[in-house]
Amino acid sequence: MSKDIRIKKGLDIKLVGVAEKNTTKSSQSSVYAVKPEDFHGIIPKLIAKEGTEVKAGEALFHSKSDARILFPSPVSGKVVEVIRGARRKVLAVKITADATQTYKDFGTKDAGAMSAEEVKNHLFEAGCWPFVKQRPYDVVANPNQAPKAIFVSAYASAPLAADLDYTLVGKETELQAAITAVSKLTEGKVHVSVGANSTSPLAKLSGVELHKVSGPHPSGNVSTQIAQIDPINKGEVVWVITPQDLVVIGELFLTGKLNLTRTVALTGSQFSKPHYVTAISGASIATVTANNLKEDNTRIISGNVLSGKEVKADEFLGYYDNQITAIPEGDDYEFFGWNKPIFNKISTSRAFTFSWLTPKKKYDLNTNTNGEHRAFVVTGSYEEVFPLDIYPMQLLKAFMYKDLDEMEALGGYEVAPEDFALTEFICVSKQPHQKIIREGLDLMREELG
Amino acid sequence: MSLKQNLHNLKEKYKGTKMAPAFNAIHTFLYLPNEVTHGGTHIKAADDLKRTMNIVIMALVPCLLFGMFNAGYQHYAAIDGSLRTDVLANFFTLDNLWIGIIKVLPLVIVSYGVGLLVEFIFAVIKGHEVEEGYLVTGMLVPLIVPIDTPLWMLAVAVVFGVVIGKEVFGGTGMNILNPALTIRAFLFFAYPTWMSGDKVWVYGAAERANEIVAGSNADAISGETILGSYAQNQEVIYSTWDKFMGFIPGSIGETSTLLILLGAAFLIFTKIGSWRVILSTFIGAAVMGLIFNQIVAADIITESSKFYGLMNTVWWEHLMIGGLAFGAVFMATDPVTASQTNKGKWIYGFLIGFISIMIRVFNPAYPEGVFLAILLMNVFAPTIDHYVVQGNVKRRLKRTKVKTA
Repeated sequence: MSKDIRIKKGLDIKLVGVAEKNTTKSSQSSVYAVKPEDFHGIIPKLIAKEGTEVKAGEALFHSKSDARILFPSPVSGKVVEVIRGARRKVLAVKITADATQTYKDFGTKDAGAMSAEEVKNHLFEAGCWPFVKQRPYDVVANPNQAPKAIFVSAYASAPLAADLDYTLVGKETELQAAITAVSKLTEGKVHVSVGANSTSPLAKLSGVELHKVSGPHPSGNVSTQIAQIDPINKGEVVWVITPQDLVVIGELFLTGKLNLTRTVALTGSQFSKPHYVTAISGASIATVTANNLKEDNTRIISGNVLSGKEVKADEFLGYYDNQITAIPEGDDYEFFGWNKPIFNKISTSRAFTFSWLTPKKKYDLNTNTNGEHRAFVVTGSYEEVFPLDIYPMQLLKAFMYKDLDEMEALGGYEVAPEDFALTEFICVSKQPHQKIIREGLDLMREELG
Repeated sequence: MSLKQNLHNLKEKYKGTKMAPAFNAIHTFLYLPNEVTHGGTHIKAADDLKRTMNIVIMALVPCLLFGMFNAGYQHYAAIDGSLRTDVLANFFTLDNLWIGIIKVLPLVIVSYGVGLLVEFIFAVIKGHEVEEGYLVTGMLVPLIVPIDTPLWMLAVAVVFGVVIGKEVFGGTGMNILNPALTIRAFLFFAYPTWMSGDKVWVYGAAERANEIVAGSNADAISGETILGSYAQNQEVIYSTWDKFMGFIPGSIGETSTLLILLGAAFLIFTKIGSWRVILSTFIGAAVMGLIFNQIVAADIITESSKFYGLMNTVWWEHLMIGGLAFGAVFMATDPVTASQTNKGKWIYGFLIGFISIMIRVFNPAYPEGVFLAILLMNVFAPTIDHYVVQGNVKRRLKRTKVKTA
């Protein structure tokens, strides 16, 4: 039996450049990179040195705090460079890929017959643990805490997000194998949510609690679903895994290979042909976007426009990302831009902005901030796009003045930075909400554990 | 080279210097800046604080224009009472507007000039950007003072209001009290004879009163507001229609309930003003008005009481006279000083309306209590929010207990 989750608060940002539903294979890039920064809160300890030959699935580094958490190489080849930043912080481990890929063999396993401990160890060994993220704090899960439930959101509501119904087609066996495996990790339920009218392969899985989600973004955000299904309280932990990562886990159990190939959506108005490509995690952006990108004054984002990360063409696809977005940079002045009527931008107010007249229209937004940074002035607007039972402005302020008691009481355990993407988008004072939340969560994690 | 390029070059040249904020203020007034997002969301919605403030100014413009015509109309009607017999024909005349131009515009200019100067000085000294808050304050101030307010007095009050009411707290967004009302309160307590009584509301009324005393001019003149008349248990000569349309003496922008409601509709439609605050303020005032009406109906108060006039005022009339409507729509809704939670806004607005009418009735010396009520509730707004937020916290804690029990 599925249960319905319907939310009303939120905002669908409709943009030009939805990926067309055909998938091509991107050519293999010559260099791949794994960036420890993608795994927030992990301090890497290198295993592979420059010059080491690795197979796909072999560990490059592990977490300093827990040596069992390995981070695998997505391809087979040779570690060519370890890029370091200030204080020798590891920024990226670069690997030149072999022409033909060889995989480290982890052996096929029958998840159904394994114990929780065996599943966990298998995930550790194959470098799949980073796929398991935890709330609170939105970081790679701490394997020593028992989660009260595991959540999988197979409904992507972010602007231009890859359509998971499309990208996961034909992956039923892998998904089922993965669900069987990860459901061993919790005493509680595995909650899977799909779109209300979805044809998602996840809707037919056994051993899960299925939820049907409808409503505007952020209905697809896993925090929204957790808040509706089984909210997090102090002292509780839930784990979150994305469906595309479940496919990798499933394939690992079925074939013994760690295959980090995923279907990536190329979206946004700066792509001449927005569509889907298959690419290996960590591939160079230039290879994946080859012959498709309008190079002139373009912002490339690994991820979606709300919570993705800005990358340059010579950088690499983020570890968790299944989307590359390209939109125009907005680095130009606009004459009387603050008081003339606006037809080509989105707004939740009706202050001489007319996007409310054309709710179906797709907009080509650029990266201009449309105003300067100010103190919080306007009230009541965040609440319109924030569906959790939390006072967003009060929580943000508590995070800014770092009162741990208030951060805890006002809902700090329940949120991830991406939940504040919409409030940041509509913020009249142009405050960096996601940054405030990220820093606050880090502080909470440090102080409260 | 284009203006755009010139300004850009100047901006680069002055970057990091003391004068940068002042220069940026002018630059960003003309052009939306070329800033792009870094981290966080890569796209941003269309509105910024300037646009928000601009909408409020637009909502105030009808009140300002009406106030200018009304300045002239009240002046001539005081001299020649016959104008009152056909108000509409005698209202929108160039003569009336001319009085408005010579009396009201200087107030607007002084308000903006002095206020923005103080803001610029603070921005340069403290190195923050010139913020937009004063754009609205500067327009509100001339609308809530009597027509004959001397310009120097206004200037002194504006300096006081901006410095003590806002900048010492850290500027726009950080203030506890509504800056415009702080300015109004300063004027009221520093120069009470210029802010109340029956001589200040109509241009020239004071001089004419002196002439009458000297015996040179026998025409009577009444420059009293409706509230003043009620407070002294006198008959009011204005019809309900006059009161609603605004053909009455009063502070410059507050008289026309019709245009204030028009502004309210605009603010609510654009989602800039909080409909919760506006509605609940009117409800609060109506409830207090009804209570007083009941007291009179129950014969607890007799005609000899000094409170009789205002207590006997029909409850809905309270909503049209004095500054209640203006306060509810343009003052109480100030998002910085109002309650910030939606539930809090209901309580906050209700109490403003309720206390406004209470002060109005019980304070015959100065029957306009709205600005005091709003300032009082400004102080209590954080407390209201605190309890609303605590309700949410308790609900969350309760959830935990149920789970672990």
